[in-house]
Amino acid sequence: MAVLAHAEAGEIAARLRTLALPAHQDLRAPENGLVMLRGRVGGDGAPFNIGEATVSRAAVRLASGEVGFGYTLGRDGEKARLIALCDALVQSSDFGGAVERDVIAPLREQLTVRREKVAAETAATKVDFYTMVRGEG
Amino acid sequence: MYVAVKGGERAIENAHRLLASARRGDQSVPEISLDQISEQLGLAVDRVMSEGSLYDRELAALAIKQARGDLIEAIFLVRAFRATLPRFGASEPVETGAMRVQRRVSSTFKDIPGGQILGPTFDYTHRLLDPSLAEGFVPEQPATAEASTVPTPRVTDILGRDGLIESSPRAEEGASVGDLTREPLNFPADRDLRLQNLARGDEGFLLAMGYSTQRGYGRNHPFAGEIRFGEVEVEFSAEDVGFAVPLGSIELTECQMVNQFKGSATEAPCFTRGYGLAFGQSERKTMSMALVDRALRARELGEEALAPAQDEEFVMSHSDNVQATGFVEHLKLPHYVDFQSELGLLRKLRREFSEAFTDANAPDAMKEAAE
Repeated sequence: MAVLAHAEAGEIAARLRTLALPAHQDLRAPENGLVMLRGRVGGDGAPFNIGEATVSRAAVRLASGEVGFGYTLGRDGEKARLIALCDALVQSSDFGGAVERDVIAPLREQLTVRREKVAAETAATKVDFYTMVRGEG
Repeated sequence: MYVAVKGGERAIENAHRLLASARRGDQSVPEISLDQISEQLGLAVDRVMSEGSLYDRELAALAIKQARGDLIEAIFLVRAFRATLPRFGASEPVETGAMRVQRRVSSTFKDIPGGQILGPTFDYTHRLLDPSLAEGFVPEQPATAEASTVPTPRVTDILGRDGLIESSPRAEEGASVGDLTREPLNFPADRDLRLQNLARGDEGFLLAMGYSTQRGYGRNHPFAGEIRFGEVEVEFSAEDVGFAVPLGSIELTECQMVNQFKGSATEAPCFTRGYGLAFGQSERKTMSMALVDRALRARELGEEALAPAQDEEFVMSHSDNVQATGFVEHLKLPHYVDFQSELGLLRKLRREFSEAFTDANAPDAMKEAAE
């Protein structure tokens, strides 16, 4: 599900449109709020508060009873609703496979490509140290 | 003293209309978009998120636009906005050791596992103005190289293995995390509160405080053990879900300062440390924060605390630029009644002075003085 939090609402919606979705309803309408983000002293010590982030959340129930929750950074409530819908669908034996194959897998692939590009550009800035040879005899 | 004064409504309304027009500037020049601010003035956005204490690039960009580029005004706007939303809870602490680093340098060790990675940096540029950027600049494609799969552990973790550096303080069992947005600040403050205060503190103030320690006001002999910038994943334990859900990722900068060692009869000497962490790519901010964090540990480390940067009440009470600007800038709001009373008192004192002076110079008094 982490893949969906990294995608745009439009990308998730476009891929969901390729599926014949079952009936579903909002269990919790999308809402915006804050989550206090925490770090650790020294990176690995006691926790402390860095600052907050905007977060959206929603919950969706399929007609067949499965309940899905959607949480994501940002103020896009529709994205939270789409994540909740996917979360409900993956629990359903009728739709789980299709959502994984047609929604999550392609978005995961897209995220991997994006990350590999950043990693390759970053790697090019890695310092190769070499020792200067002093004098020529 | 504040007294309600009526009047000026029309002037205020028109002043705000004028502000809106001045903000837009010459309308024959295209309007700047939030995407343009976010993409091309990214470090300003990072600063507004850090000191506004709210991670939301789009809101920070809007605040910068609304504030006409006045970053402290933008930070003020972001702080005010955050007060309008409910808080769902707190995230799991982020794991900076697992950061997807886009920059990672150490000034203490040349050969660190994962290497020295410069990333997008101003370091080693010549600081010459570049006229080619003035218009129509198209950058070259970034160079690429095969990405290494070697992990990039924190440099302090490597030093820690040999016991050469103090370990990070552990949380006490069941201890809650201090939050200065919820409880009023009391002194002495614990390190969690100090770090939260510094994380949202003014970069300029922290820079000056950190600089003062280097110049001898609370010297603690720092090395930049490691500075890293990149993406970390955020997880949130949602009550309704019952387990930690992924929220996505955020960009963070972390600075580990390695400082002068200390030891005692019972403890072997080891390096001490200061810590900095902030949203986005905020290197100057996190370096300054780490210097000040270390300076504020003077009491805990049994050092003489004489310098301003070692005085937590001084630092923590003056680091917040929204509070600071509020108090400084309120001086320009009407203080007519205050000033009238001061004026009345001054007139009275001057009258008394003048009367005493006249008496002292009266012929009788002069005569007495002559005798």
